[in-house]
Amino acid sequence: MIGIISYLVFFATVASILSIAVLGLNLQWGNTGLFNGGVVAFFGAGAYGTLILGGTPQAGQLGGFELPYLIALFGGMVIAGIVAWVVGLLTLRLRHDYLAIATFGVAVAFENVMRNSDWLGGAQGIRGFERPLREALGNGFSYNLAFFVFVLVLLIATYVFLERLIQSPFGRLLRAIREDETAAQSLGKSPSRIRLTSFVAGSVIMGLAGGLYATFYAFISPQDVLPILTFQIWAMLIVGGAGNNKGAVMGTFLIWAAWTASGWALSRFAPLEVQLYTGSIQFVLIGFVIVGMLLWRPQGLFPERLVVSQSAKTK
Amino acid sequence: MAQMAEPILRIDGLTRDFGEFRAVNDVSLSIRAGTITGLIGPNGAGKTTLFNVLTGMLKPTSGSVFLDGQDATRFSPDALFALGLGRTFQIPRPFAKMSVLENVMLAPMAQAGERLWGRFLQPSKMREQEATIRKRAMEVLDFVTLAPLADNAAGQISGGQMKLLELARILMGDPKLILLDEPAAGVNPTLTKILIEKIEELNRDGKTFVIIEHDMDFVMQHCNPVIALAEGRKAFEGTAEEAQNNTVLLDAYLGAQVE
Repeated sequence: MIGIISYLVFFATVASILSIAVLGLNLQWGNTGLFNGGVVAFFGAGAYGTLILGGTPQAGQLGGFELPYLIALFGGMVIAGIVAWVVGLLTLRLRHDYLAIATFGVAVAFENVMRNSDWLGGAQGIRGFERPLREALGNGFSYNLAFFVFVLVLLIATYVFLERLIQSPFGRLLRAIREDETAAQSLGKSPSRIRLTSFVAGSVIMGLAGGLYATFYAFISPQDVLPILTFQIWAMLIVGGAGNNKGAVMGTFLIWAAWTASGWALSRFAPLEVQLYTGSIQFVLIGFVIVGMLLWRPQGLFPERLVVSQSAKTK
Repeated sequence: MAQMAEPILRIDGLTRDFGEFRAVNDVSLSIRAGTITGLIGPNGAGKTTLFNVLTGMLKPTSGSVFLDGQDATRFSPDALFALGLGRTFQIPRPFAKMSVLENVMLAPMAQAGERLWGRFLQPSKMREQEATIRKRAMEVLDFVTLAPLADNAAGQISGGQMKLLELARILMGDPKLILLDEPAAGVNPTLTKILIEKIEELNRDGKTFVIIEHDMDFVMQHCNPVIALAEGRKAFEGTAEEAQNNTVLLDAYLGAQVE
């Protein structure tokens, strides 16, 4: 019994962390229409940033600053934001699939730089991270439970922040940019500034998710920032419903459950010679989910509601 | 001698090329404040290109634009809107997945809540502004007869209603000069009648209009002066009556060569 609960806590922790990243993507894509194909770069920047700032010194590696955990986590978000700001400025003139291609390239470059820079951990990644409050909580179930609560609080905070944001005039501005940039500009709005703000804000949230992810495993390596994670995060948003934060979270739990279950089922029931390809089969499945959803229910399970700014609603 | 009032819009030798093709060719004109100018000409004469250059969507190849005496050449569309220049589009561009009300509430400049942290740092200022903007938006929607549709998605209303919505949106910015690109095209007669009434009412309140229109009855009845473009050049400028008797203009519309 405790085994099952323990597993559920583990599952919910990872799903909640990923939910935060999906919420960040929802701000960019669902609300602003920015096609970020390089989610892992910003997720990764947050993860690496947190471990470098908060980790213990390692020979020949950048980092080991041993900053207090919350400062390290925040620093990871700032680093993700800086990366996003630079990428955003460089890609300001790109739209739609061109933006996707450029950001996808950035993410692949990010992974390759990490893999080939020994001073950033190289292929082995960065270890040497003391999980916060480990002394007090021990290493077992109670620690995991406490960390899950911490992640859940941050997920709820992110959710509430974004809900309020998209119901404000700022959210109205984002939607206008998504719907028709030319018309928005003819009404006195500056699309490039708004796009950049949304891109950076969404990426900072992805950076938070990355920092939590790295904390949870006390480890980050280039294997964690492969393009498949970007596709998973996209699948979660598309299935849940772009433009709907509730959908984004539901989609994450659903897809993460399906992903884990399919991995388990394949390893358990598939013939031995097929099991070698479990990972590849899962890749194919996630592709099917994205394409199928786009074909038959492009608005997702929880479609975007017609949002009316909160103060426009009443009074 | 009485000084002539500075025209609200003056353009000097405006030219716009697309590669080899010269869409607008050395056009100069002045728009006096308080008028409704009809801009006519056959398809491909360069009317919409001229509009796009005037509103900053396209940069001119050469020439200059003065808005209210101020050099506004190469200004961006958002800067021009801030200076009091509003425009609608030939094919309406509503924010389709936003409500009609939100389409209109978007337009006012410098809203506190428009900044990322505005909603959190200045909540009371935002609420106050939103209340004011909402009230004004409902008045404007009421004015253009769209108030009953305020909560509908803007993409779901008719083409004619979208044109009224575009007018409502720019009215939120209280523009001095309004450029309308074929407001009557594809709009049913009832809505066209409403639109004309609104244009004339706004004009009486002092707003200046420049209107591209193919409907000659519309232009002849409601526009004065009339300016005609043909093959990128200004082919005619005068009153509606003069336009009706101008052989060069009639030739242009019949597709004959302008000699």
